[in-house]
This record gives sequence, structure tokens and C-alpha cells, in this order.
Amino acid sequence: MRVTIIDYGAGNVPSVERALQRLGAESHRTDSPESISKAKALLLPGVGHYSALVRALDEQEMREPLLSAVQRGVPFLGICLGLQVLFDSSAESPQLRGLNLLPGKVCALPPTVKLPHMGWNQITPNRESPLLAGIDASAYFYFAHSFAAPDSNGATATCFYGAAFAAVVEQQNIFGVQFHPEKSGDAGSRLLQNFLRLAA
Amino acid sequence: MSLAHRIIPCLDTDGERVVKGVNFVGLREAGDPVALAARYNQEGADELVVLDIAASRDRRPTFLETIRHVAAELSIPLTAGGGIRTLEDGRAVVRAGADKITVNTAAVERPELITELSCEFGAQAVVLAIDAKRNGGHWEVMVRGGHESASREAIEWAREGVSLGAGEILLTSVDRDGTQTGFDTALTAAISRAVSVPVIASGGAKTPEHFVEIFKEGDADAALAASIFHDGIQSIRALKELLAAKSIEVRLSC
Repeated sequence: MRVTIIDYGAGNVPSVERALQRLGAESHRTDSPESISKAKALLLPGVGHYSALVRALDEQEMREPLLSAVQRGVPFLGICLGLQVLFDSSAESPQLRGLNLLPGKVCALPPTVKLPHMGWNQITPNRESPLLAGIDASAYFYFAHSFAAPDSNGATATCFYGAAFAAVVEQQNIFGVQFHPEKSGDAGSRLLQNFLRLAA
Repeated sequence: MSLAHRIIPCLDTDGERVVKGVNFVGLREAGDPVALAARYNQEGADELVVLDIAASRDRRPTFLETIRHVAAELSIPLTAGGGIRTLEDGRAVVRAGADKITVNTAAVERPELITELSCEFGAQAVVLAIDAKRNGGHWEVMVRGGHESASREAIEWAREGVSLGAGEILLTSVDRDGTQTGFDTALTAAISRAVSVPVIASGGAKTPEHFVEIFKEGDADAALAASIFHDGIQSIRALKELLAAKSIEVRLSC
């Protein structure tokens, strides 16, 4: 099974590739609408500014093929910004539209804590999750972000930093993680392996 | 449950080999940044910093190659720097596999560099390294490897750097660096309370008690050290277990 990595120029694409390689998975990068249409499994890594990701999706005409692939049931994993873009919109660029696959708006974390939320934190699972299967409940994951998706009923796992936010989201074939599994040691590798298994 | 305090080993290289603090390192790993990176990744390091302390232009391709090989060994974040003067330098380091870029002297000389890097890669990828030295009642910013005064006040520079787009401060006490007499808790606490971003304390670490101090009294979010890890006297795992026993939140599993 080959994973199609949507490459809009984000810095963490090489790390994601290496992490998949270590797990023996084949992957290829693309920014072409055609490759996204043909993908068997999609992974959207992202770091930096929300607007860079949304603009790339629109300017390179990746939005429509991505939405139709997800609606067809192609397994999708969004990392960091790749999770945030699943929602309606983000306070980081309120004028831009997200993918609107999940309800809610991405907001800034409160200024009562040091930002970015940078480093290793724990998450609280809210329900059984195939993505988190076999991962110790006390495991730490690596976060690096200042904006976050709401901790609604839809969140599979919650993290708390200044406020509660969605650390993991799952809805049928749609998966998203706010942290960086590609940088989260053994726990992160396990999560990626779970995604590969779900996508197989 | 809260954000864990990070323990970060640092590799000071000449672009290719680790050149500082490797006097006692095991022969197999002596000076080899790739072998050391693999070891620290395994031992539970929370991040790794690799610096090119020579930062000469013609050795740059060698350093980028080192970053590529080091990054391949890691399942934790990698920060790289030394001699980053332009956006293009930053891009090369990120493309080679670094998650964060650290800037120092060039940012003091041209503060817009921080904004340029932050706009391109996000604030979370820009680490402002500040070398500070006490001068009477305040701390002064030092540049060129801590040898030359920039005639700037460190707290004020930290604040400015954050407002320009730095997402983290790597704070080295020039007074303590290499002395193994403990981190500068007063300096670190002063900077940490002055800025809204995480602060990594560096310089002077030897004993586990030094780490307890810098987290409890110095308000550090992370602590960085080099030789005490390279020489094998202090293992990262044992250090973290000790910190956990002192009720300091650390990531024990990896």
C-alpha cells in the first residue's frame, strides 16, 4: 500500500517520509490533482501558517480532488495544520475557508500560557480509537502549534494546554492529529503504523 | 498532566564531527554526530540540537549532509544552526531535515532575519539563540561565539526577538558555559518571565540537581547540555528518572 503525501512545501514532509520508510511503507509526494484523485491513502502534513496550506490547496487545485477522495472513503490522515484544515475555518486567517469536513472553527490557544505550545504533552482518549490502539494512555506526543481545533464531542482524544483542544479526531475514514507523530518517538511510530493498517 | 520539561543534548560540530565535550566519549561514537544522535534518540532525549560552530561558508554543504544523516536517525525534533545569515540558509537547513532553525549573531546584526524565517516556516520553527553575560546589574548580549559584546540588554533583545517572530529562546549563560557549576537560574528566570515563548536554558550543567534548580527556580521549559551527556557520566534516562522522582514532569517513555 502506497501513501500519497500531499506536499505543499511544508517543512515536515521529509520527516513524515522517513517515519513511513522506517515502518516499511511506500510513499510518494505530490502536489498534483491527478495523483490525489488516484490515491489509495492520503496524508497531509503541515506546519507554519494556516494560510500557506489553504492557498496551496486552492492555487494548485488540490481542494476538489482531495474532498472527493475523502468522500469516496479514501483513508486520510492530517497532521498538525492537516488536522486544523479539516474544520470550517481558522482564526489564524478568518477570511479563508477550510475543508469543512468537520464542524467548528480553529481558535488561538489562550495567552495565559507560553505559546507556541511546544514540546511533549499527554492526551486523554474520549473513546476507543483505532488510531490510538496499543498506545499507552500515558504516552507523550510532540506538539508545536499556537492554534487548535475545538474540543467538541467529536474529539477522539483531548489535550489540555491553557484550554482543552482536540488532539485526535476521527470520523470514518478521516483522521487528524494535532501533534507530530513523525517526531513523537515510539508512540508516534505506533500511531502511524495504526493508520497504515487502517488504510491497508 | 502538563507539558513535560524537555532535556536536549547538543552537538557542537565543525560541520562534520562533534568537536566539543567529546573527551570521554566511547571510541565507537567519538565525535560522530550520527552515532550520538542515534544514541540520544534511543535514550529518551526530547529533542536534539546540532550546531556548526565553525560556520564557514565552504564547509556548509558538509554540514547540510551531517543534518541529513542525523535527521535520518531521529524520531524526535531536530534543531540546527550556526552561521544562518539568510532566508536561503534557513531553507537549506530545513530541507536537509531540521524542524527548527536557530539564529544568533546574524539576527542581532539584522533582526528582520527572524521575521523572514518566521513568515516562511512559522514561529515554532525559529529559535533565537541568545548568549548572555552579566554586566553589573543586567545581562548583556554577546555575539560571535560569546566573544564580543553586542551592547544590547538581553531581556530587551529577547522581547524584541519574540515580537519579530521567534517561537523559542535558546538562552546560554556565557558566565556559566563550560564551568559545570550549574545553570544561571537568575538569568533564565528573568528572561523566561519577560517573554511569552518557551525558554531553553543552556550553560553550566553538571549534576541532576542543576536540572532540578533550572526547572524549579529558573522557570526553564527545557534544559540543554553537551559534554555531560557525551562523556557518559550522566545518562538521559537516569536524569529523567531522578527529575520525575523530584516531581518534575518529564517524558519517561519513548
